[in-house]
Amino acid sequence: MNTPNAIKVCFKTQYPNFCLDLNLELPGTGITAIFGPSGSGKTTLLRCIAGLQKPQHGELSIEGEIWQDKNSFLPTHKRPLGYVFQEASLFPHLSAKGNLQFAMKRAGKQLSRKDGGVSFDQAVSLLGIESLLEQYPDQLSGGERQRVAIARALLINPRLLLMDEPLAALDQPRKQEILSYLDQLRKELDIPVLYVSHSTDEIARLANHLVILEKGRVVTSGPLQDVLARVDLPVQLGEDAGVVLEAKVVDRDTRWHLARVAFSGGELWVRDHGVAIGSHVRVRVLARDVSLALQAHSDTSIQNVLAGTVAKIAPDTDPAASLVQVTIGESKLVARITQRSLEQLKISVGDALWVQIKSVALV
Amino acid sequence: MGFSEADLGAIWLTLRLASTVTVLLLLVGTPIAWWLARTSSKWKGPIAAIVALPLVLPPVVLGFYLLIAMGPNGPIGQLTQNLGIGILPFTFWGLVIASVIYSMPFVVQPIQNAIEAIGERPLEVAATLSAGPLDRFFTVVVPLAKPGFITASILGFAHTVGEFGVVLMIGGNIPGKTQVVSVQLYDHVEALQYGQAHWLAGALMLFSFLVLLALYTLFPSASKRTFST
Repeated sequence: MNTPNAIKVCFKTQYPNFCLDLNLELPGTGITAIFGPSGSGKTTLLRCIAGLQKPQHGELSIEGEIWQDKNSFLPTHKRPLGYVFQEASLFPHLSAKGNLQFAMKRAGKQLSRKDGGVSFDQAVSLLGIESLLEQYPDQLSGGERQRVAIARALLINPRLLLMDEPLAALDQPRKQEILSYLDQLRKELDIPVLYVSHSTDEIARLANHLVILEKGRVVTSGPLQDVLARVDLPVQLGEDAGVVLEAKVVDRDTRWHLARVAFSGGELWVRDHGVAIGSHVRVRVLARDVSLALQAHSDTSIQNVLAGTVAKIAPDTDPAASLVQVTIGESKLVARITQRSLEQLKISVGDALWVQIKSVALV
Repeated sequence: MGFSEADLGAIWLTLRLASTVTVLLLLVGTPIAWWLARTSSKWKGPIAAIVALPLVLPPVVLGFYLLIAMGPNGPIGQLTQNLGIGILPFTFWGLVIASVIYSMPFVVQPIQNAIEAIGERPLEVAATLSAGPLDRFFTVVVPLAKPGFITASILGFAHTVGEFGVVLMIGGNIPGKTQVVSVQLYDHVEALQYGQAHWLAGALMLFSFLVLLALYTLFPSASKRTFST
């Protein structure tokens, strides 16, 4: 499952209100987030991949296995995929367990995965639904229903898992709860996931690869870190603009409740959430929390000050602001500063300067 | 007093007719209901209107046309004669066919409504869980539309038991073959046998009441469990 471009998608189809026209090659591993404003075709793309909608022209292959081309169209029930819908879609006439068994009974029809797939016990414990199995959907909360639905999608032993904004219908605490299950799933299972979302929080936490859609077309597609570090995206993320760094916890300062994490390029102090030394973490640095200085200041409250080089400068959607991409070692950060500061400090590409980071979040 | 031999024969024939018709209606009506519930074809309107026609048409009108069509010179009559079955009017199977057409809307409409209420989503979900079309029908549509199927069966059965005009046109009044309860009741009244008529009329009244009682008390709870969102 580790071929870099295992999923090949090429759809062209005209709908009454918009046109889906895209050509994508996606990795056969990890979570690929599909991001875009509403109406950009995210859900349509997922439904076309599932075969729930038939694009007028389409080619789709997963690891060389053709699901659709000029002459053939594999119906949904013959595609080895799992689908998690935006709202929990459990069968109301079956208990949670009955819903899971519905998938297990039919999982045999699929080409079984090399690793033998996910077992009932594994899916149940991964989603923490042991105590819910005898309940009927109308006795479960929204978050519980969605967890059962995710377990059900896993039990079909999919070669590809499609998730259409699975958290959109839930409140914030339920979101956090399911996010940690999804995070676990990403670490433990080797199933490629296409994850539709319009939440940058979810994407920063889960995704390895990011596709941005707008009006049915691909704006960009690439590894998460690279896409987020771009300052010239036609789709601006506004307040959510910022990068994600893969890091490792190297030290904990118990006195000040801080932890030191190392990324390729430097180290950062973050708030200590009790993560053990040696663990791999993701940190998110929002562009609005990054400022630039020409000299190192020791008389500042900011704990994280790093040396870097200006790589790119681009205007922000806000006419007062600019986005500045700074390289620090092998990593890239983005700073959102005012046009006036840019002018007054005479910052230009190639300048060495100091990057001050006011806030870093472990995601 | 009680039921005479002929009365009991009529009751037995009526039950046999209604059971046969109900089974056939479920077999024929379900695909029609499925199609009507899910199609966006331009034929949906005309087909729905034809299915619903017996709701508004006087039964004798329907009976008259069926009598002509199934008679020796009618298209159905020609076909059945060519097939070596003979002609259908004044036979049990003639009654069955007429009753199936006459009771069709009472079976198609509840099933159609139940399927429409399920919506597209559960079927899509089932498809993403590798369930093929037949699998989806029997494991998702039938259980979710169960109240509709039960209502359809009860209404189809009860309506066949109660019909008169169509039966008289197509079946006549042949004891043991086409003499059903309603026709027998009519005979009693014609012959001024009011005592006998009371027994049959009372039995039909009680039967109809029990059917409706069953419908209204047993199944509203079942129909409440709709697809959860």
